Amino acid sequence: MSAPRRRVAIVGAGPAGAYAAGQLLASRQRPEVDLFERLPTPWGLLRGGVAPDHQEIKALDKLFEEEVMRPGCRFFGNVELGTDITHDDLLRHYSAVIYAVGAQTDKSLGIKGEDLPGSLPATDFVGWYNGHPDRRALAPDLNVRRAVIIGNGNVAADVARVLTRDVAELERTDIADHALAALRESTIEEVVVLGRRGPAQAAFTNAELRELGHMDGVGLRVAPEEIELDALSQEWLDGEASFTARQNVKLLSEFAQRPAGDAARRIELRFLRSPVAILGDARVEAIEVARNELYRDDGGAIRARSTGGVETIECGLILRSVGYRAVPLPGVPFDERNYVLPNERGRVLDAASGRPAPGVYAVGWIKRGPTGILGTNKRDAAETVACLIEDLDAGAVPDPPHAGAASIDALLAERKPGHVTFDGWRAIDRHEVDRGRPDDRPRVKLSDPDELIAAAGG
Amino acid sequence: MAYVIAGSCIKDDVCIEVCPADCIHPTPSEPDFETAEQLYIDPVTCIDCDACVEVCPVDAIFAPTEVPPKWEHFAGVNVDFYEGRAA
Repeated sequence: MSAPRRRVAIVGAGPAGAYAAGQLLASRQRPEVDLFERLPTPWGLLRGGVAPDHQEIKALDKLFEEEVMRPGCRFFGNVELGTDITHDDLLRHYSAVIYAVGAQTDKSLGIKGEDLPGSLPATDFVGWYNGHPDRRALAPDLNVRRAVIIGNGNVAADVARVLTRDVAELERTDIADHALAALRESTIEEVVVLGRRGPAQAAFTNAELRELGHMDGVGLRVAPEEIELDALSQEWLDGEASFTARQNVKLLSEFAQRPAGDAARRIELRFLRSPVAILGDARVEAIEVARNELYRDDGGAIRARSTGGVETIECGLILRSVGYRAVPLPGVPFDERNYVLPNERGRVLDAASGRPAPGVYAVGWIKRGPTGILGTNKRDAAETVACLIEDLDAGAVPDPPHAGAASIDALLAERKPGHVTFDGWRAIDRHEVDRGRPDDRPRVKLSDPDELIAAAGG
Repeated sequence: MAYVIAGSCIKDDVCIEVCPADCIHPTPSEPDFETAEQLYIDPVTCIDCDACVEVCPVDAIFAPTEVPPKWEHFAGVNVDFYEGRAA
């Protein structure tokens, strides 16, 4: 007679949680997995982060459906940790809990005027155009001529594209309808993207940078003086630089040689600029920007510092994209310095003893910080899952007092009767895909939680 | 002519696992894996077997004659990656 299957809770149904669930279900021990998610829908940033004009990447949901939505795994959507269910509840019902909650907030600039209307975190804007329930009412004012994006990563590139791309192209995607309506009325002609360091240090992938320069009806401007390399960058490029950095520099020099053109909308890249203050009385009117130079710090890292020169750029919208930041979870240890759950290869460490807290694990951004791309989570999950399986085999996880699958059902029936199961998600998915069919769109998303929950029941 | 990985690669490394010619790099154990924004096919050692195309979860790999116009440039990018890379 075999022992009953062990049960694992995963909190957060984004890519990291999904990869971890799939690997657990495929493991020799085949534990049962319950996947908890704050939103009524699974797959996290695959649905709410990946840009709508990158539909091909969203095909990853098919893999997750195959590997995760199978016998032995249940979905509890619309269930929030801390309000609907607590860390202690989970420990009482599961042999192990894996936190896969990601990084919920953005880093701020810490400058004057940052909270003026018209100045927003780029991640809020991303959530808005992707139909994230929390951001559906953002209503950014696009009735302006120029937008400034602060940051040089792929979120900055995504946002720059969505602000300038021909709406006819976006109409073929799953972009939220409220965003489509606002972008149709947008008067934005120019998007200026500011990087703190130089062209060699830009964090764009080469694929995203190339895309900025190859959009129909959008001109990309890179002034030749913006991409002159200082000695430090040249030395770095000749030595330790990545393939991407070298390719980016090559591509930027090609862009800098292009004639100005007369496109109706433009994206302009400027480097070695840091925001100093956001100006305006009742709303954003301009941004003050310092010129930077590069230096090597004591550890050898290339950093930017102000040269003292300041310029002012008039603009009506400012989107800051300088990184994500995780927030502490109620009842779970948190590393306040690195903004992650303190962990060793995914085993969460008890704050007092520094030893693994039995049965508590982490995966994804809450484990390693907000770095890497979708597939990075596969290997990250493999590490955490291997530790968990090892602990299950060694009997190093606690026996929960309420080990049966039915006991969590009873708890949720009482605490959150409106939770969404995989059947509910399948119904939402069908409904959204059906809504998209008449206009040849992959889906038309629901973003109102009430509508999502109604669709899940229907 | 060899197979091409396009810019929509997400570094799910299942293609590396199935490649019989070990022609997809960097692998997770190689030092340039973390900084690589995608995986690339070595055009010299690729044997055009199609195994990677079948497993890619985001359909980012193409046979040489089937690269969509949007990704055409990536044939060259795959070549360039190996030219600059220490063996």
